[in-house]
Amino acid sequence: MTGAPMLEIRNLDVRVDDKPILRGLDLTVNAGEVHAIMGPNGSGKSTLAQVLAGRETFTVTGGDVRYDGRDLLASPPEERARDGVFLAFQYPVEIPGVSNVYLLKAAVNAVRRHRGEAELDAMDFLALVRSKMKLMDMSDELLYRAVNEGFSGGEKKRNEILQMALLEPRLAILDETDSGLDIDALQVVANGINALRSPERAMILVTHYQRLLGYVVPDFVHVLSQGRIVKSGGKELAHELERRGYGWLESQAAPGAASDATR
Amino acid sequence: MSLPAPKLDDLISREYRHGFVTDVEADALPRGLSEDVVRLISAKKNEPAFMLEWRLAAFRHWRTMTEPDWATVRHPKIDYQDIIYYSAPKSGKTGPKSLDEVDPELLRVYEKLGVPLKERELLAGVAVDAVFDSVSVGTTFKAKLGELGIIFCSFSEAVQEHPELVRRYLGSVVPYTDNYFAALNSAVFSDGSFCYIPRGVRCPMELSTYFRINAKDTGQFERTLIIADEGAYVSYLEGCTAPMRDENQLHAAVVELVALERAHIKYSTVQNWYPGDKEGRGGIYNFVTKRGDCRGDDSHISWTQVETGSAITWKYPSCILRGDNSVGEFHSVALTNHFQQADTGTKMIHIGRNTKSTIVSKGISAGRGQNAYRGLVKILKSADGARNYSQCDSLLLGDRCGAHTFPYIEVKNATAKVEHEASTSRIGEDQLFYCRQRGLSAEDAVSMIVNGFCKEVFKELPMEFAVEAQKLLGVSLEGSVG
Repeated sequence: MTGAPMLEIRNLDVRVDDKPILRGLDLTVNAGEVHAIMGPNGSGKSTLAQVLAGRETFTVTGGDVRYDGRDLLASPPEERARDGVFLAFQYPVEIPGVSNVYLLKAAVNAVRRHRGEAELDAMDFLALVRSKMKLMDMSDELLYRAVNEGFSGGEKKRNEILQMALLEPRLAILDETDSGLDIDALQVVANGINALRSPERAMILVTHYQRLLGYVVPDFVHVLSQGRIVKSGGKELAHELERRGYGWLESQAAPGAASDATR
Repeated sequence: MSLPAPKLDDLISREYRHGFVTDVEADALPRGLSEDVVRLISAKKNEPAFMLEWRLAAFRHWRTMTEPDWATVRHPKIDYQDIIYYSAPKSGKTGPKSLDEVDPELLRVYEKLGVPLKERELLAGVAVDAVFDSVSVGTTFKAKLGELGIIFCSFSEAVQEHPELVRRYLGSVVPYTDNYFAALNSAVFSDGSFCYIPRGVRCPMELSTYFRINAKDTGQFERTLIIADEGAYVSYLEGCTAPMRDENQLHAAVVELVALERAHIKYSTVQNWYPGDKEGRGGIYNFVTKRGDCRGDDSHISWTQVETGSAITWKYPSCILRGDNSVGEFHSVALTNHFQQADTGTKMIHIGRNTKSTIVSKGISAGRGQNAYRGLVKILKSADGARNYSQCDSLLLGDRCGAHTFPYIEVKNATAKVEHEASTSRIGEDQLFYCRQRGLSAEDAVSMIVNGFCKEVFKELPMEFAVEAQKLLGVSLEGSVG
């Protein structure tokens, strides 16, 4: 498969309750690349992230998504996860009564089983998780609390990146990971993300603001508007958006005009 | 090309694993119930006169009663004349002296159920009094318990060996006049477990009984009586599974607990009777009366139950808090799936001063399951300073199931403090997706989330029982996704 892109999205149409959200979206991501998806609220950024991860509330009505050349949309969320697709959630859910360490270990071992590796026992797992937690500046106590229950906004986001560090995905999609973080927490989270950048791994950063991109510098920036990518560029595009806002791109997304703009 | 969404419903529908019928020759009475049948049962068991009189009094009282219909459960009318009231495996006639004498076919049944008596007793240190179709086939660790003066045996044996204890305590917590099913049980009960812990003795191991229903159309009427004398402690485990059946089977057990001064009884149940098939055919009717009497001051009775089986579960393990400063606890997980129905809860009757009770109930409804919590907290005039805390949480899986809560509170003493909290939630698609995105199968995710929901109750169970309960929940919920 040398030379084939890791992720190839072609002409993707997605609806929720018959309302079109993504309309003919195209995107190609290669191993080693970091792509930022920016855009105004309601442009479909989070929808894209969730559809790639396999969320079932969305209906794919057209188009095609290839991951390592295979049909990504054909497999259920857990198989995508085990194949290395990771989503850092914008709003990580709370699971009362289930300790964080239990979920983390179950997740790591589910992925290891899939890769044909031996499952980690409690001791080995604890050693591993503690080393990763140090990186994320997290306290041990967060392991034994119920998953995300009573976590601060910052703790939740760190916990997401901790999971990414543990699961070592090939394609990481980070949905608004910077939202709700103060500047110190942003720095820690960004360091965690940067530590995971590698030539074998691709990342998609979904974000509304340019803020995170000051710390995690993307190779490509795409602007999503009304369900399709209306402009792509390098990291400078993020700065331009910061100065000019999204308004000047909206016209390009108007129905009719847009189909010509991207083809 | 939308992705086929795995349905919660599929995840929850999973075939009963313990469905098989053992081919053991049964020694059964003809169908139906009359005074003659009651006399026959008593004679077969070679009972002393006081037992026969008690049974007959119960039978005569039962005939004056009508079947209650206030529970939120529905079932076809039960024909009490179409039930076989006694059956015992033939090999049990002479009474096996040791496990070697036990019908190997019976032992194989336990093996299939994952209850290898020998290993279990040795490895787990649990004395098992296994009830197979009404007659005990194996009682273990008796000698060791005997050294401490602990009596742990089948009910029949207790009637023969310790008639004075049976006579003093039988029916003293649940009299035969208590309710329709208790009266029926009192008249025809075939066997059960008996346990007496003498003054000041702490029972060094968990005591356990496994119940089974086997012979076709055999009513199962168990009787359990546990007495903890002053300052004694015992933890008792009750677990059961049953083979697959087409006809509904009635199970009307009675459990009586007596805690004297400073005594502590912990009674844990994992109930896994056959629940019926996916269409709601068959399954056990589990209509049980369980009650504990905190008879002495500073006594303590704690019920923990995990109810996953039976077509209908109808029971309220209760505490009568008679002694001053006595404590009653009820921790419950009830899961209903497919067409299962459960109407369960507890009664806490505060009579003594400074009595305390705690109720934690977790109801899980899936498929078309219906789950009702029904509880009574009654604080009598005499119960100065009584306190109760109740918490009832319901979890719904899918949109065709139901959860109902009926808390009754009666307070006749102004110094009492009664708190009640309740919640109902739906298992979140968000939670499920989150776990699956981390690589967990939908089944494992549901099982993990449900187990988290039940954690407060599971922590009350003895360690190995807790593990078993978690597995059982997983099994009961399996088959519902993908």
